[in-house]
Amino acid sequence: MAIDVPENVVVSKLDELASWCRKNSLWPMPFATACCGIELMATGASRHDLARFGAEVMRFSPRQCDLMIVAGRVVMKMLPVLQRIWSQMHEPKWCISMGACASTGGVFDTYSVVQGIDRFLPVDMYVPGCPPRPEQLIQAIIDLQDKIQREGTISGREFATRSRQERKRALVELPVITLPRGASHLPHGMRVE
Amino acid sequence: MIDAATKAALSEAFPPIAWTEFRGDTRAVVPRDVLFEVFKRLRDAHGFDLMVDITCVDYLNYRGAEDRFGLVYLLASTHTNERITLRVFVNEPDLSVPSAVALWEGANWLEREVWDMFGIPFEGHPDLRRILMPEEFTAFPLRKDYPLQGRGERHNFPVLHREDA
Amino acid sequence: MPLAAAKTLDDLAQAKSRDYVWTLNFGPQHPATHTTLRLLLMLEGERVVDAIPDIGYLHSGFEKIGEHLNYNQYVTVTDRMNYISPLANNVAWHGAVEKLLGLEITPRCKYLRTILVELARISDHLLCNGAVGLDTGAFTYFLYAFYQREVLYDIFETLCGARFTNSYTRVGGVMYDATPLVIEKIRSFVRNFPKTLEDMDRLLNRNRIFIDRTKGVGVLTKDQAINRSATGPIARASGVTRDLRKDEPYLAYADFDFQICCATAGDCFARYLVRMAEMRESLKIVEQAIENLPSGPVNVGIDERTTLPDKKQVYTTIEGTISHFELVMTNRGFVVPNDEAYGAIEAPNGELGFYLVGDGTDVAYRARCRPPSYIHFALFPHLIRGHTLSDVVAVLGSLNIIAAELDR
Repeated sequence: MAIDVPENVVVSKLDELASWCRKNSLWPMPFATACCGIELMATGASRHDLARFGAEVMRFSPRQCDLMIVAGRVVMKMLPVLQRIWSQMHEPKWCISMGACASTGGVFDTYSVVQGIDRFLPVDMYVPGCPPRPEQLIQAIIDLQDKIQREGTISGREFATRSRQERKRALVELPVITLPRGASHLPHGMRVE
Repeated sequence: MIDAATKAALSEAFPPIAWTEFRGDTRAVVPRDVLFEVFKRLRDAHGFDLMVDITCVDYLNYRGAEDRFGLVYLLASTHTNERITLRVFVNEPDLSVPSAVALWEGANWLEREVWDMFGIPFEGHPDLRRILMPEEFTAFPLRKDYPLQGRGERHNFPVLHREDA
Repeated sequence: MPLAAAKTLDDLAQAKSRDYVWTLNFGPQHPATHTTLRLLLMLEGERVVDAIPDIGYLHSGFEKIGEHLNYNQYVTVTDRMNYISPLANNVAWHGAVEKLLGLEITPRCKYLRTILVELARISDHLLCNGAVGLDTGAFTYFLYAFYQREVLYDIFETLCGARFTNSYTRVGGVMYDATPLVIEKIRSFVRNFPKTLEDMDRLLNRNRIFIDRTKGVGVLTKDQAINRSATGPIARASGVTRDLRKDEPYLAYADFDFQICCATAGDCFARYLVRMAEMRESLKIVEQAIENLPSGPVNVGIDERTTLPDKKQVYTTIEGTISHFELVMTNRGFVVPNDEAYGAIEAPNGELGFYLVGDGTDVAYRARCRPPSYIHFALFPHLIRGHTLSDVVAVLGSLNIIAAELDR
């Protein structure tokens, strides 16, 4: 800058403008695997219209989207596909993990379901529910828009820090507690082998 | 529920079959060596043209079980609405069973799933390979000695961080 | 993902001589593969020479979970199989469990379950045909179908609290009885739905583009349908007149006057028409059932010791108290015979059955689901040979493959 104005002023206004543009034109990439995919379709249908929030087109090509909504359980056979699609998306990109199965594995604590995609991908917003109501998904998108507005920078510097990623990762696997057979209607956190 | 005439004809042709009835289902325990002939007879002579399901039960922890694996074949007739359940018991080490694909094409994927989940090879199956689990998976998940949460295969993947991609 | 070489083209030398055969991956992530299934298409220009399906991208171990949850908990998992019509799965599961237990449910429960299975059937066919319309370009048709599904979701939500994934049935009965508000909503649905069906018919039945895309495409003959274990609308569109509602009447179907819809052509257009006709028949059944809904208890009595009695009985009678505690205490539960049974219903997709092995406790020893989508997807390579790439989408849509039921 030729004039002696603090650089931050112009850049922060540019950041706000860029974030405002990005948040209001989030094009989702629906990675719909299971039941949450139907609620995602219902959110895009006429009663709860997602297009009101800027998500006008649900493009199925990762090259043309900025928001990946992982709706449904992710199985270990599917995870490399999910990672490949995530890496094919251009920055700036965000990820919403919709539903209990994508966030933590949900009802399915089994040999083939990944217990939370945030073990393998950076996730920005989690939507609980099985399946979440369309209103919940819309709330998640609104919250994500707030997040983008707060943190966004025109150059994408907010994506460069590893430390923010570490904090969001899922923690330690719960220890396995074995109980005698017949104690089957205890909460599912207790394993019966 | 099957016709008494069908049952009588089958008992006469294959004496080693053991018949039971429960809640209206007719079950026949068939020894493995006559299985394919029983299939042929049921399809051609008695009109059981629909292969409803093929599955397997692992009796490892079952009270009072003598054999480890019990294969179950559910057959139905679209003409007379009869149903019959055939059961075949196999034990390790020789688990192979003749395949029904030559008679009913619908048995193709059903037998592949039994191979994938239990490890029962079907002789004469045109394309026996894993169908639901990934190709490189080594265990047979629905056996009773395989734990529900698996042996760590589900988390054995690289992690993508925010600054990588 | 490494895929072992499957024997598709008869001769590898023959393959080498056909230079223009190339492979297109119709991958697990694609808008037209209704969720996660994968096809490897061997194409010669635009013609499909062969199609190799690759599934398992949603295999979650449902059958193994069935060995760890008791009969009332597993119904939540059955919802997540064919998630387009979860009530049908719930009724199928508990129908099989009640057959194993030898339990006879009350007339009111039978009628209520029948009504809900038929509403689920309408919901499933609306989505299947809507998806066929969407994939072939008819977006308005899809929106009409989805709007009616929202009305159905409203009914389910008033009844059970959840839009779909209801987990509504229990052993010996259902979760909540139907209130007058629900019955009123069902009546108004029955009044208003025929008009939407007519609108949808007008959009596609004589639409030149739709007919060109679906007539003669993916033909399944009657013998092939039976040999390949097809059931449900797919078999009926090929001329197989088998419908479990008439052949082996269960629940309250014997009391109603309705017809089975069949066609003989066996192509995608026939399957579309069969589903539209089935929706009308289902509406007739719902109309008859809702007017004649018997009164009385909806759950079986406390003598059978399988359902939780209502609180008044628990507090005032000794049998109620005993029954309540027997069901809730950890080492009690209800008694199941040490035997095996198979119970099936005519689900919207085909014959959905559960093969159960009981071992005396209230947790199944083996819970096998007979998935119609899995068996129908095996038909796909047979149906698509010789057609073009654009027909792949039409055929896949008409087979109504739900990936969660496919992979379980």
